[in-house]
Amino acid sequence: MDALVNKRIAKVMKGDQNAFAEIVELYQHQLYQICYRMLGNKHEAEDIAQEAFMRAYVNIHTFDQKRKFSTWLYRIATNLCIDRIRKKKPDYHLDAEVRGAEGLDMYSKIANDDQLPEEELMRMEVQERVQYEISRLPDKYRAAIVLKYIEELPLAEISEILDLPLGTVKTRIHRGREALRKQLSNL
Amino acid sequence: MKACPENIVHAMNDYLDGDISSTDEATLKAHLKSCSDCQKLYHELSKTIAFVQSASHIQAPSDFVQKTMARLPKEKKKANVQRWFKQHPLLTAAALFCIMTSAMLFSNFNNEQQFSFTKQPNLVVEGETVIVPEGETVVGDLTIQNGDLRVEGELHGDVTIVNGQYMASSGVITGEIEEIDKAFEWLWYTIKSGIKEAASIFDNSNVQPE
Repeated sequence: MDALVNKRIAKVMKGDQNAFAEIVELYQHQLYQICYRMLGNKHEAEDIAQEAFMRAYVNIHTFDQKRKFSTWLYRIATNLCIDRIRKKKPDYHLDAEVRGAEGLDMYSKIANDDQLPEEELMRMEVQERVQYEISRLPDKYRAAIVLKYIEELPLAEISEILDLPLGTVKTRIHRGREALRKQLSNL
Repeated sequence: MKACPENIVHAMNDYLDGDISSTDEATLKAHLKSCSDCQKLYHELSKTIAFVQSASHIQAPSDFVQKTMARLPKEKKKANVQRWFKQHPLLTAAALFCIMTSAMLFSNFNNEQQFSFTKQPNLVVEGETVIVPEGETVVGDLTIQNGDLRVEGELHGDVTIVNGQYMASSGVITGEIEEIDKAFEWLWYTIKSGIKEAASIFDNSNVQPE
């Protein structure tokens, strides 16, 4: 697979756009899926996934062929998704702890702010509900959870995609998992 | 939640990450058997993971590839050229050499717009016309640039005229007459004389040892 992809990339570097179409073909579903789970919206997911492919194409000469192409591509996509999410949210300092609530920070406040009423949640189908709860996670937990449980990538690769130390990735997955557990407890 | 040992929480997370040592796993399992809170937590977390993973795989729209390709920038000619240069360094160097050489030759041709001629005794100059006067004899080759030649006397040697003309007259020339008017011919002439010079050096070096 990697050898096949690298062959295509070599062609793209020589200016062969058709070879890039084959790369898009190969990764479209995974990339679209990541974007959809991150953003929770089909139109945005399509837009960002296309943008990610476009940036990969334009910057293909910066890709180091000794590394894994999918890691590089997912990294472009998750960064674009996180940018998009942050543009939509007001500018809080999310890591700041909330006074008088030990261990709670702004994440929990935001997460609770935009919760739908209980009866509406109950009417949702399970998959819809899961997507809704994922989209309520803070973006940094969301990326880690999506890569770990939906793309089922190894921790080392997630750490490379998110450009974070392994320990941080683990912490984010643990916290994301814990947050989801609470959010899904009535399911 | 009851305060269970910190290491149990760590072990549970490691276990769920699929990244746990066998001793930690044994400790965790032993604890889970005795602690209903942790058991509940473990089940809830496993259920959460199962839910998240059940969010079935979705597919990109069918026209995704086509739409993506439409968004790509058109290949720039400049990028093409740059890539070509990068991939063919030797050809690039050769092309650059050719360009510089020809530029030099052409600039020589253009720079030498001034009237000039080989100094020989007995020559008379009127404006930009070199005259071999009647009754005089000039011995040796004559090169004239950007000027004309009129021979009324005798000239023993070859004549080269660049950007000018030889005006036929009653004089006598023993030798070849060459008129060069165009840049290309000038180039050709330069190359030819270059080769001749090289050849003569070669001849000389053959001769010297004797």
